[in-house]
Amino acid sequence: MNGSPALSRRPDLAKIADHVPRGARVLDVGCGEGDLMAVLQSEKDCDARGMEIDAEAVAKAVSRGLSVVQGDADRDLADYPDAAFDVAILSQTLQTAQRPEWLLDQLLRIGERAFVSFPNFAYWRMRASLMVNGRMPVTRHLPVSWYETPNIHHLTVDDFREFLRAKDVGVENCWFFANGREIGGRRANWRAEHAVFQLRR
Amino acid sequence: MADRTDAPFRTIVLDHTLPLDSGRTLAGVEVAYETYGELAEDRSNAILIFHALTGDQFVAGTHPQTGKPGWWERMVGPGRPIDTNRYHVICANVIGSCMGSTGPASAGEDGAPFAMQFPVITIRDMVRAQVALLDALGIQQLHAVVGGSMGGMQALSFAANWPERTARVLAIATTARHSAQNIAFHEVGRQAIMADPAWNGGDYYNGAAPDKGLAVARMAAHITYLSEAGLTEKFGRRLQDRDAKSFGFDADFQVESYLRYQGLSFTDRFDANSYLYITRAMDYFDLAEEAGGLLADAFAGAGDTRFCLVSFDTDWLYTTADMREIVHALNAVAAPVSFVELSAPYGHDSFLLDVPALDRVVEGFIG
Repeated sequence: MNGSPALSRRPDLAKIADHVPRGARVLDVGCGEGDLMAVLQSEKDCDARGMEIDAEAVAKAVSRGLSVVQGDADRDLADYPDAAFDVAILSQTLQTAQRPEWLLDQLLRIGERAFVSFPNFAYWRMRASLMVNGRMPVTRHLPVSWYETPNIHHLTVDDFREFLRAKDVGVENCWFFANGREIGGRRANWRAEHAVFQLRR
Repeated sequence: MADRTDAPFRTIVLDHTLPLDSGRTLAGVEVAYETYGELAEDRSNAILIFHALTGDQFVAGTHPQTGKPGWWERMVGPGRPIDTNRYHVICANVIGSCMGSTGPASAGEDGAPFAMQFPVITIRDMVRAQVALLDALGIQQLHAVVGGSMGGMQALSFAANWPERTARVLAIATTARHSAQNIAFHEVGRQAIMADPAWNGGDYYNGAAPDKGLAVARMAAHITYLSEAGLTEKFGRRLQDRDAKSFGFDADFQVESYLRYQGLSFTDRFDANSYLYITRAMDYFDLAEEAGGLLADAFAGAGDTRFCLVSFDTDWLYTTADMREIVHALNAVAAPVSFVELSAPYGHDSFLLDVPALDRVVEGFIG
């Protein structure tokens, strides 16, 4: 799975693809042009559906033969029935949500299991950049200046863990990445550039 | 079942009486249709395209009456998004219309035109006739049904009532229910026709047709097919063939002249009574009502059918919100559904015009 060319630049997606059960019903929220969906369908026989806010990306995904609905996760996830999917995926989108708590509730209402990935704002390069330059860091995973970034709820690995504890959401698994490679979980809040959590309601 | 090769249109005569939603029936129904591309030996590559209100079966190629290209020539043909090198495309004229299928201008039992004795029909009745055509052609399952506007209503009706007969449903710029505003615009058109003295209670086939009323109906409808931005871009307040206002009621403005042309050219090719019957069928369309009130129930049997819905951001006749209701209903039955709102300046008519993003979506979805 990690060898899939479409996912080679997204180790978080490759990790998720590895851990989605074969044949699962999957909703990919913020699916973009459907790279992950395509892999899940072709390599794991999944019934993959997507939601994406950008019309051009939806058109591209549909033209690849994928089932993608243009919609705003902040609002339209409410339209899906309970337990409609085995797996709900939210990759690199939580930090753009108007209401992250509502969004996580929806993911675990719609899916039996959820994968959530996000950039870690406590990554040491971020901290150093803010410390040394005194300005909002612009990095590979947060590549846009503060005034035009879609990210409105920056979070850290420790913040997310605390959030899950408060909400009593079970963590089945988690993975961490830096410089495009997986790293161990030790001192992840400091060392991880971004994180993937596998959650269960 | 007989092919009428002597007819100006290629038609089939149904060998059974067609039951209608009104409780009435139609005997000896003729369905005019065209086909494009070869039917595969296993008959698996057929695509049924439904036309819009004022369209007809000549989706591609040259229209025999107007000499103009087919209404979706840019979408259907060799190498086009609906590729007739690969697919066998069927397009039939709806019943109630006037391009060869049985309608109010057809002869009734007494040999005279039905006129207003023609039964009121519904979108589902139109589809029922098309399914009968498929039966006559020996095509059990379609690769896809495709339609925009009223054609989209038929595609949705097909999915709701005959889901096992198609693998894919592509519905563009349409709705599952005619709104009060939609009905209101249609009523303006119908009243314009009925107010024309030549309409004569629908009994005009031996004399002058109610062309003035029909032209006004078409003019009013045409405005709803465009967007304000599109009209402004195309015409603004520019004057037609003059430098100053005439202080009279000639077509001073280009937009007036354009609408008058649209209205008049329509009367050459369309029957006023057909316009009454077809707009009525659209007004009655309410898929949720047919299913007992819940739209999702309409699609209860379509959970394995692949859907693709497309709306346009400037379409105020059948809006993105209308189409989202259909998406919700399809999600509720877990049907594999795609939906995209495309950006185009032309309003409702965008589905007929040059929107490359639509081409890509259609081509990708049809496969």
